[in-house]
Parts: sequence; C-alpha cells; structure tokens
Amino acid sequence: MAKTIWVLVEIEDGRPARSSLEVLSKAAHLGRAEAIVLGSAAATVAPSLGEFGAEKVYVHADPTYDTYLTLPAVDTISDLLQRQQPDLLLFPTTYDVRDIAARLSARHNLGLITDATDLRYEGERLEVTVPWGGENVVVATHPYQGTGIVLTRPKAFSVERFEGRQAEIEQLSVTLRPESQQMKILDRVEVQSEGPALEDASIIVSGGRGLGKAENYHLVEELAAVLGGAPGATRAIVDAGWLPYSYQIGQTGKTVKPTLYIACGISGAIQHLAGMKGSKYIIAINKDEHAPIFSVADLGIVGDVLTILPQLTEEVKRRKAQL
Amino acid sequence: MKIFVCVKQIPDPNTVESKLDPATKRLVRTGVSLVLDPGDETTIAAAIKLRDSLGNSELTAISMGPASAQEALRRALAMGVDRAILISDPALAGSDVLGTARTLAAALKRESPDLIFCSTESTDGYTGMVPGAIAELLGLPQLTFAREITVEGSKAVIKRVTQTGYEVVESPLPAVVTIASGSFEAIYPTMKGIMSARKKPFSQLSLSDLGLEPSQVGEAGAREQILSIGKAEARAAGQIIKDEGNAAEIIADFLQRHQLL
Ligand SMILES: Cc1cc2nc3c(=O)[nH]c(=O)nc-3n(C[C@H](O)[C@H](O)[C@H](O)COP(=O)(O)OP(=O)(O)OC[C@H]3O[C@@H](n4cnc5c(N)ncnc54)[C@H](O)[C@@H]3O)c2cc1C
Ligand SMILES: Cc1cc2nc3c(=O)[nH]c(=O)nc-3n(C[C@H](O)[C@H](O)[C@H](O)COP(=O)(O)OP(=O)(O)OC[C@H]3O[C@@H](n4cnc5c(N)ncnc54)[C@H](O)[C@@H]3O)c2cc1C
Repeated sequence: MAKTIWVLVEIEDGRPARSSLEVLSKAAHLGRAEAIVLGSAAATVAPSLGEFGAEKVYVHADPTYDTYLTLPAVDTISDLLQRQQPDLLLFPTTYDVRDIAARLSARHNLGLITDATDLRYEGERLEVTVPWGGENVVVATHPYQGTGIVLTRPKAFSVERFEGRQAEIEQLSVTLRPESQQMKILDRVEVQSEGPALEDASIIVSGGRGLGKAENYHLVEELAAVLGGAPGATRAIVDAGWLPYSYQIGQTGKTVKPTLYIACGISGAIQHLAGMKGSKYIIAINKDEHAPIFSVADLGIVGDVLTILPQLTEEVKRRKAQL
Repeated sequence: MKIFVCVKQIPDPNTVESKLDPATKRLVRTGVSLVLDPGDETTIAAAIKLRDSLGNSELTAISMGPASAQEALRRALAMGVDRAILISDPALAGSDVLGTARTLAAALKRESPDLIFCSTESTDGYTGMVPGAIAELLGLPQLTFAREITVEGSKAVIKRVTQTGYEVVESPLPAVVTIASGSFEAIYPTMKGIMSARKKPFSQLSLSDLGLEPSQVGEAGAREQILSIGKAEARAAGQIIKDEGNAAEIIADFLQRHQLL
C-alpha cells in the first residue's frame, strides 16, 4: 500500500517556499504526497502544487495564519490528523515549521526524527538517514505503527516537476480557537541586503574570524560583488556581532549549495561544514596549513586573507574586463 | 514572578568530538569532560537579566540528567540563578524528545511558572524540539528564537530573529521562551558566586516524585530509535598550495578553468 505523506507548504512572497517544494518532491517519490497550505495566499498557491508532486492539497486561506504564530496551524493540522491517519508528516526544517512539529508531536505522541538528509521505506519500515558529527551517519526509525514526523535538512532534496499532475483540492473548514490567537506579531523589520540571497547565490564568498576584525569584512563583500555572488559568514563572527544572523552558514544557520564557495579565514568546524560542504567547488584561504577546511577544499591556499583578498578582487576585475 | 530556565549538561564541544556508543546507540558520556551547554549559558544570562530588571522574582534552573548533571546546575547557581532542581532516575536513560519534554513538563507543572526559558536548540542533540513540546504539554504559548525579551504586566514581548531581520511578538504569560544563541553576553561565575552557590536550595526529584511511569520515558517510552551507525562519505581533498605572492593568480586560473568568471 502506498504510504500517505503530508507536507506542510510554507508561503514566501505569495509563492510556495523552495524548501517546502524540495520536501514535496521527495514525498511524491516515497508515496502519495499530500500538501497542507495555510494563510491568505493558500488558495492561489494550492493549484500549482500538483506540478511539484502533490496528489491532494488541503487548503485553509484564513489570514489568521499570517499574523499569529504556531498555534492556529497546530490546531488545524491536529484536527486533520484526527480525521485521517497519514503515515508520515515530512516537514522542511524552518524555525516556524519546527515549532509546529514539536507541538504536534507532543499533542499526538508522534515520534520525531530531525535533521534528516534521506529516507526510504524498507517494506513497512521507514529508514531515515541522519548525518551526525563530522564522520557518522545514523539510520533511525519510528519503532511503532502509526503516524511519525520527520524534519528534513534544508537542500537535502531537489525540486522536481511532475508534468501534468493535477492535485485534488480540499477546503478545510476549521474554526480557529480564540485562545490560540493570543500571540500577536506587533511589527516586522526587514534588514535590507544587496545582491542575491545566500540561498539562491551560485557563488558565495564567506568570511570567518581569520579576518581579524569586523572592519575587514568589506574585503569579503568586495570579492563577492565582483564575482556576482553573495557574502556569507561563520557563526563565530555572527555571534561576535559583526553581521546579522541571516549571513550565518552552517548547522544552525543556512545550508547552501552554490557552484562555488570561497572560505576566507574559516577554520572549517564540523558545524560550519554541515552547511556548505555540498558546494560544487570549494576554495579555502587559511594561514594554518592544518585547518580542517582544507580537507574539503578543491583548492586550498595557505596564506593571509588580508593580503590575498584585495589582490584577488583586482585580478578578477582585470580578467573580467578582458572576457 | 517565578522564572525557570531549562539547562542541559553535555560533552564539552570544545575538547571532544562527540561519539555514539555502537552497542547502546547512545551518546558516550563516560570518560569525557561534561559542561553546561554553552547555549544554555547564554539563556541563563538572558533569564538573570530579566529577573534583575523585574525585581521580586525568583529564577530556578532545572535539568534532567544523570547525577553528574548537578555540576551543570552548580554552575548555573554560581552564575546567579537562585535555586536548582535535578530530575534524575535510571529509567530516564535513553529518553527521546518526548520523554525529555514529558519529564521536564511534569516537574515544571508542580511549580506554576510564569515564564520558562530554554535555548533554541541544545549543542549536542540540537533537535530544537524540547521547548515546543514542553509548551504543548503545559498548554502554554511559545515565543521562539528571541534575541531580546521584556515583560510588562502579564505580557511578554520578544524580538524574534527572522531570516531577513526580526519581528516583534507579544504573548500573554505564562509562556515558554527560547533564546537565540549568542544574543546575550555570557556571565562568568565569580569566586563569590561559586561560594554562595553552595548555600542555595538544590532539590532532586525521581520519576515517582513526578507521578510518571517508567514506560512513558527513557528507552522504554522512546518513539524514535537508532537502527545503525555508519561512516559518512568523506569529500576528497584537492590541491593545497602555499601562497608565494601568486595566490590571486592561482585562484583566478581555477575560476577561469571552471567557467566561474
Ligand atoms: C551546536 C553548534 C552549532 C554551531 N553552528 C554553527 C553554524 O551554523 N555555523 C558556523 O559557522 N559555526 C557554527 N558553530 C561554531 C563552530 O563550531 C565554530 O566555532 C565556528 O564555525 C568557527 O568559526 P571561524 O572558522 O570563523 O573561526 P575560528 O575557528 O576561530 O577560525 C579562524 C580561522 O582563521 C584562520 N586565520 C586567522 N588569521 C588568518 C589570516 N590572517 N589569514 C588567513 N587565515 C587566518 C585561522 O587559522 C583559523 O583556522 C556551531 C557550534 C555549535 C557547538
Ligand atoms: C545526535 C543526536 C540526535 C538525536 N536525534 C533525535 C531525534 O531525531 N529525535 C528524538 O526524539 N531524539 C533525538 N535525540 C535525543 C534527544 O537529543 C534527547 O532526547 C534530548 O534529551 C533532548 O533533545 P535535544 O538535546 O535535541 O534538545 P533541544 O530541543 O535541542 O534542546 C533545547 C533546549 O531544551 C532544554 N533541554 C533539552 N534537554 C534538556 C534536559 N535534559 N534538561 C533540561 N533542559 C533540557 C534546554 O534549554 C535546551 O537548550 C538525539 C540525540 C542525539 C545525541
């Protein structure tokens, strides 16, 4: 019997979030994929989800989901869970979805497996691959019958097209409880950044503590700019307050998969590697020849970032002018 | 106000590469140095700051773990926490997220907290699921990923980190709040703090004190199970070159060869 797998699809700027579509595509390979879309843009987004693998889409286009966090979505999915028993909730790891999944797990006693990079059914048993530390992978399962939850690591799967697939759409008629709407978003503040977003950039130039001080970070930004890429950072310099969190790449920051990743003054801690080692080409500049970053680099330069970066920016400008 | 902070003892992330025991499939905790989770230190700092700004409030640190976890709680007391509770019981070994949350929630419930602090995620297990599960089990709202928190009357307001900036979120109390790592300056215990920690109230609870059955927690109650542990595929290392003043050219050649310019 094909497994029924639910995917919670988040909406960004009126479109389904890429991370949700990645998970939906994977779900469609595993079994019967069903999407859940909530919020004011849900009705317009829903019809397109068949193309990304959904056979059915549950929709509730109530603006409450846009302005209140967590609980209304938990109540709605909970209600649906009581009526149907899917085999799996396969959710992308984002901060909002994580909150929703934790509550669903506690409310319905559903086992949770987090940080998954792959999963498959061996007969009836679900086997989930979870990378652990630098050198291990564990395989985990839900040791019981009934619905389980798996949260997937960003970029673990790619978005695929299921040409011509049309999803059946079901409007949910849930009445949202007022007591679930006591949390309010009072304000939203966007910090504008220039250039491509890290997630979409095909070239990323990233800086770490080896840059010495916050004032030197512009060297990274300048190289990123001439290459048409995006600047990124390690947690060490985000925690030190040089840059906002949105720059952080790694286990607790963003997972990126650019064509080229240039690591400047970055040691290559496991937690940083977790977010960038899927890059196609990696270049590392570090003055310590034993830095772990060199173990994943296609090209490693043992040297001083502070002298090499300005030279490289000039060299790239010069060659681009000749092309 | 009665404020609580959930803290965890973990293998020191700076000195040991965490290992899993292939037989028990659990984290190896013996023979390694154990510390209070650095993320939880930040969270404690946030909680202390709030307690001090509110006045007339008590801050309690609570942990579930083996006997050794009392060391982590002692450090929390030395940092400035007022009181500590350790939940320890052999039946808790091998708990998954649900078992952990169920245990912590049962202990918290007895205390009628106004505010419960957790870190966004732990440094060793980093599922980030315990706080939300505690909130659900206690029927409380959850305010996550906070980098600032204020309390006015019976409401908490946080600045919640988002991908592109932050949002300001308000919730009635009681509530569970998670703190984003690095957003508060850690507090280092002073000699005076360490001395006074010895006199602060410290209680220990077992499973039966909480009215929980061994079947609901630990390995017996776990809804997640590790089947096997294997080696990850290593990425092959490439060429390593020492800069002789020509690094920029070498890199530019590499970029051109791979059509990246
Ligand atoms: C649970 C957990 C989650 C984490 N999540 C993340 C995460 O998401 N992302 C992340 O990045 N980290 C994360 N970390 C932190 C991680 O362990 C490292 O501490 C961090 O990545 C180190 O950053 P860094 O390489 O900038 O600094 P350092 O480790 O201090 O390295 C600096 C490097 O620069 C080199 N250097 C110094 N001067 C120069 C120079 N002039 N020229 C060239 N090289 C120079 C040094 O040789 C060194 O290798 C996490 C840690 C934990 C415990
Ligand atoms: C590598 C690894 C992977 C794991 N994967 C899974 C999995 O996929 N599913 C699963 O169910 N379990 C998993 N576990 C087990 C899980 O880590 C433990 O159950 C743990 O007790 C709670 O999870 P956490 O550390 O991930 O907590 P998190 O939710 O990441 O912790 C966040 C915060 O909650 C509080 N907190 C967490 N634990 C305690 C505690 N014992 N005492 C006091 N406060 C606490 C702290 O404030 C902490 O900073 C895993 C463990 C490891 C080591």
